[in-house]
Amino acid sequence: MTIDFSAVPLWAAILGSAFLLLGAGLSLIGTFGLVRLQTFYERIHAPTLGTSWGTAGMVMGSMIIFSAATGRPVLHHILIGIFVTVTTPITLMMLGRATLYRDRSEGNSSPLVKGDQALLQEQNSEGGAS
Amino acid sequence: MSALIIIITVWIAQSALALAMCLCVYRMVRGPRAQDRILALDALYVCGMLQLLAFGVRTGSTVYFEVSLLIGTLGFVSTVSLAKFLMRGEVIE
Amino acid sequence: MRAIIPYPLLTVSLVLMWLLLSGFTPGHLVLAVIVAMGANYALRALGEESPRFGRWAAIPELFFIVLYDIIRSNIAVAGILLSLTPRPRTSGFIQMPLRLTHPMGLAVLAVIITSTPGTAWFDYSASRRELIIHVFDLVDEEEWIALIANRYERLLLEIFE
Repeated sequence: MTIDFSAVPLWAAILGSAFLLLGAGLSLIGTFGLVRLQTFYERIHAPTLGTSWGTAGMVMGSMIIFSAATGRPVLHHILIGIFVTVTTPITLMMLGRATLYRDRSEGNSSPLVKGDQALLQEQNSEGGAS
Repeated sequence: MSALIIIITVWIAQSALALAMCLCVYRMVRGPRAQDRILALDALYVCGMLQLLAFGVRTGSTVYFEVSLLIGTLGFVSTVSLAKFLMRGEVIE
Repeated sequence: MRAIIPYPLLTVSLVLMWLLLSGFTPGHLVLAVIVAMGANYALRALGEESPRFGRWAAIPELFFIVLYDIIRSNIAVAGILLSLTPRPRTSGFIQMPLRLTHPMGLAVLAVIITSTPGTAWFDYSASRRELIIHVFDLVDEEEWIALIANRYERLLLEIFE
């Protein structure tokens, strides 16, 4: 099924395009930060730009354009937004904990304060037992 | 007129996302450590997913939506299993 | 009601997702309800507890607060990343006590903290009821703890407990 975009009203085209540009631009800024920042713990914040408003912008832009082009609400794109929002915390948390664990087990100067170290040790021993 | 606007913006958005993917690949090659590469791979998957959404708008076809959802799922599963591998040294235990 | 549909929230979201993916027709509605009921009974066999909401009015309030915060922190983080002459900035871990214990409330808090650029959820200890998050632009630790406790945790406590 292909859709002809010449039927889209001008305001919808401009609004949808603005959202598309916003989403793509924020993703680009996020990956730019991924290259520019110095430590892993700072870098972990950079892709969240792409997964929050980067994805939301692209999803809303394509929803507006498709809805205007077909003349009925096209809502299924929102599933991508929900999916990304729900899964990002899991990936980042797993990756962050793996990094903390690696930094600690290799004896690197861990960025954590003392109380956190005790907490992590407790967590790792719990995890190891399971 | 509106078709022209949409085509131009989709072109710009796709170029921006392609550049973002290149930056992710750069970080993935540079490292320096495994967790940086995995983080970059995750960002690459998200950018690829958005790229496919943009493809969907460009071609006016709804097929790309399903592909995009599929890429998102694969990216999630692969990042989680790679992070698990970093933590324990094995995925299936 | 709960005897027939043990998990109303799951049922509604599954049916909505099915209809969004395959288009609204009466046939698909029936199929979606059948699938959702199957999922309900499977989950009940696993013994999962269905969430009960305390104050419904807090849900839209929380939603709009989070939406506003995500937009604001997106702008802030994008500004930091793009600044040509970076000002001295510290990023570090915060350890804070949490009163929230409901698993679903914790899950929602994790989604909120991670979706807001500039903060990342790292660890939570159920036995010590302590949360570790990493903050990108850490100026005042106390301020962040107060922000999370008053802005999100208070509403989540009202919703889930």
